[in-house]
Amino acid sequence: MIRKPVDVGDPDRLYMVTDGRSEADDTFDLVTLIVSECEPTAGMQSEHVRILELCRHPTALVEIAAELKLPITVVRILLGDLHDMGKVSARHPRAAESVAGLPETTLLQEVLDGLRHL
Amino acid sequence: MDSATSELPLQRTPLADAAETGLKIIVVGGFGVGKTTLVRSVSEIRPLNTEEVMTQAGEGIDETAGVERKTTTTVAFDFGRISLNEQMVLYLFGAPGQERFWFLWDRLFSGTLGAVVLVDTRRMADSWYAIDRLEHHKTPFVVAVNRFDGDESRFTLDEIRQALALGEHVPMIDCDARVRGSVKEVLIALVDHLYTLAMAQERTP
Ligand SMILES: Nc1nc2c(ncn2[C@@H]2O[C@H](COP(=O)(O)OP(=O)(O)OP(=O)(O)O)[C@@H](O)[C@H]2O)c(=O)[nH]1
Ligand SMILES: [Mg+2]
Repeated sequence: MIRKPVDVGDPDRLYMVTDGRSEADDTFDLVTLIVSECEPTAGMQSEHVRILELCRHPTALVEIAAELKLPITVVRILLGDLHDMGKVSARHPRAAESVAGLPETTLLQEVLDGLRHL
Repeated sequence: MDSATSELPLQRTPLADAAETGLKIIVVGGFGVGKTTLVRSVSEIRPLNTEEVMTQAGEGIDETAGVERKTTTTVAFDFGRISLNEQMVLYLFGAPGQERFWFLWDRLFSGTLGAVVLVDTRRMADSWYAIDRLEHHKTPFVVAVNRFDGDESRFTLDEIRQALALGEHVPMIDCDARVRGSVKEVLIALVDHLYTLAMAQERTP
């Protein structure tokens, strides 16, 4: 199949990128950091290639979306596929896991230290 | 250094390879209140723009077609990034505060540390809705008053607190969204507030 160049806003294009899917689960948070586990190979879907290139260094989902100029949902679907194939790993945010609703003071102290050193 | 026009690299700056956890703070406020400016002032990258296409189930079912009607809305938001240390990276999201965007907030910004409500004293009513929703969601926030040059009123923070019907527990701070040092103080005020809340909670058995 010949793929059109990336063009946000064209729904047909978005469906083609994701093989017709428009729903993604929330496995990946906006700030989940994605890391490539392999190099792109010949014949790979172009969006997969770009993601694997970008994520040679840890890259948040939202940054991938901005770089690829694709909506968040589409990127979630693409990442889900790459993750299922073992081609990327995900580093999930620590803060979002807090049960009580608030992050722990130890984490907040680290954030404060970081901000004060800006 | 506090500079309104800090030089930002045009190339993508990758995160440290040891980066392991992303954190989120959202900046909300009315149109043109200075959200993007605030993010730019402290971000280590040029603020990036992205969008989400939201599909919402329409009202009721279309009987003849037998399918649910759906409406699609595209919402754009921008963000910047601060590497706090080798492992932790903080993302700042600038989000429109208007009522019709709330479904976006609920979905995209769950798990945020907290929020900064940016207020322009010339248009205070623009922040009512955002404040109401944050309180409803129990998302901790601080109110930062972006003092524009054209603001002749110079309302005091107390007057603004009254106008916004803010409880005493909500920290308020003056800021200039163009100045890095000022924005840094706003973020510290928010995280200090979070720390106090978390400390109180940890002490409660
Ligand atoms: N004088 C002054 N101007 C400011 C300040 N903050 C922002 N501005 C200016 O106000 C205008 C709007 O700022 P933005 O940062 O784009 O505001 P925004 O909230 O992101 O706007 P939208 O995304 O369009 O809702 C820009 O021209 C800024 O340069 C401030 O503290 N003082
Ligand atoms: Mg903006």
